[in-house]
Amino acid sequence: MSDIPIYREDHRPEHDMSINTELARKILTGFIHSEITRTGFKKAVLGLSGGIDSALSCYLAAEALGPENVLVVRMPYKASSAESLSHAQLVIDDLGIQSMTVEITDMVDPLFAKFPEMNKMRKGNIMARQRMIILYDQSAAFSGLVVGTGNKTEILLGYSTLFGDSACALNPIGDLYKCQVRQLSRALGVPSEIVDKPPSADLWAGQTDEADLGYTYDQADRLLYLLIDERYTPAECIEAGFEPDFVQSVVERVRRNHFKRILPPIAKLSNRTIGYDYLYLRDWGT
Amino acid sequence: MKCNIALAQINTKLGRVEDNLEKHMDYIKAAQAQNADLIVFPELSLTGYVLQDLTPTVSHHPTADDPIFRPLLEASQKMDIMVGYVDEDIRNRFYIAAAYLSRGEVLHVHHKVYLPTYGLFDESRFFAWGDGVQAFDTPFGRMGMLICEDFWHASPPYLLWLDGADILLLQSASPGRGLGQAPELESAHWVDHINRAYASLFTDFVIHTNRVGFEDGLNFWGGASAYDPNGQRLVLGPKHEEALVMVEIDLNQLHRTRARMPMLRDERTALVQREMNRILNGKNCGTGR
Repeated sequence: MSDIPIYREDHRPEHDMSINTELARKILTGFIHSEITRTGFKKAVLGLSGGIDSALSCYLAAEALGPENVLVVRMPYKASSAESLSHAQLVIDDLGIQSMTVEITDMVDPLFAKFPEMNKMRKGNIMARQRMIILYDQSAAFSGLVVGTGNKTEILLGYSTLFGDSACALNPIGDLYKCQVRQLSRALGVPSEIVDKPPSADLWAGQTDEADLGYTYDQADRLLYLLIDERYTPAECIEAGFEPDFVQSVVERVRRNHFKRILPPIAKLSNRTIGYDYLYLRDWGT
Repeated sequence: MKCNIALAQINTKLGRVEDNLEKHMDYIKAAQAQNADLIVFPELSLTGYVLQDLTPTVSHHPTADDPIFRPLLEASQKMDIMVGYVDEDIRNRFYIAAAYLSRGEVLHVHHKVYLPTYGLFDESRFFAWGDGVQAFDTPFGRMGMLICEDFWHASPPYLLWLDGADILLLQSASPGRGLGQAPELESAHWVDHINRAYASLFTDFVIHTNRVGFEDGLNFWGGASAYDPNGQRLVLGPKHEEALVMVEIDLNQLHRTRARMPMLRDERTALVQREMNRILNGKNCGTGR
């Protein structure tokens, strides 16, 4: 036996996705304030579902702009759960923000009735787009910009309705995975009833995101983090312990849904084409 | 000799040079009230950072007949000024540039050599790269200027050191990225890390100013800092907020530190040149293998 002392590196926690919530809060409230006020606005409009993503966006907007400058709209359908409404009320009461409730049943049911064969996905998309119409109308009425509520996990997976819930003027939480949304929500004081419940689009009774997706957010977050942030190849993800079928389905889902993440391509004809060689930030001149 | 330096970590308006000039003049006045000898502004402080197709519309010349530089040159009668702007040369190439103004004269212009064009960056799509790294004399000793990615490479600070710069003036428009558990972003940590290293390795003063604010989704983190030739941090500005950060440097510290740490005296420049020639003239030039 050798008596040479052996030292090893300290144990490194593998791919810890937790964030410094104070720093995130500072950057994200600064972002909301800057991107709304520099265009001459001072107010924000948000759809408040009763879920964690829109609750977190509300807390950030209220801190950035002052609660009096935030209007939230609850937009239930007749099948929406009563709990969603009451959870949204917790946020409204806690922050002291302005609120209104606009039920969408009378708006979407006539369209559903025209197409009796309509499946749940089509109905869900119509509801999401109807809510977008109401939010953008309130944007004009309230002189506020629509603040988005989509997180990085759902944007990557394409778990959203194009021109529906994904429509917004700015998105403060789109670079946070679902687990990071939970961590930041806890730090900002989002009520635990909202943070701890199973995520749901609440488009029909009993719907949950994780049942729709076929895996948990924790699984998806960890895999997406390796693929996107750490630039692992799919083979390296499998080597890191993920099921090959799961990796393949997520990789394919991310690719297939890329159209939801970019502006529609314009066919190039001229020497200078919007999107290709006509390039300006939105903040141009401000 | 002492030099009282003001680090202006400002926000800018994208493409609005006159508005940005107005802010420069406000900060210059505030620095004068603090008896500053030199004020250092961030990268592209007169224009904003993600210029894209705005680039050709915001270029200026650091001459007395330029409407933007005239007031800056006048203000430099009382206090030295380092500003960031877009320079256009006589053949109409655009550069990310830094100018050092003193007593009504332009003492030096540096064109950014390393234009990051990867990840979120797209600089060499719009800008020409500078082709020189030179130190220059000022009333407060010999200095060198570098812009952001220039000092993410080790060679430009090294060249300035050999060219006689005792004070490295670094300016950035550094987009914040890499949020983990630490109280600062990875990009902020990284810059702080290397600036401390340059001060220590070169026994130089390292002065860094970075802008703040947002451009679309990008945040700029501020955190202006100064290191002395011992590698000790003299000041650290607030993160993500505008501020005029004041720091007095004692140039006699160069004497004291270099008496103890003679890295400059012992640097084998002929060896470096010989080995560089061997490496660059070798048959596997550039690959290192």
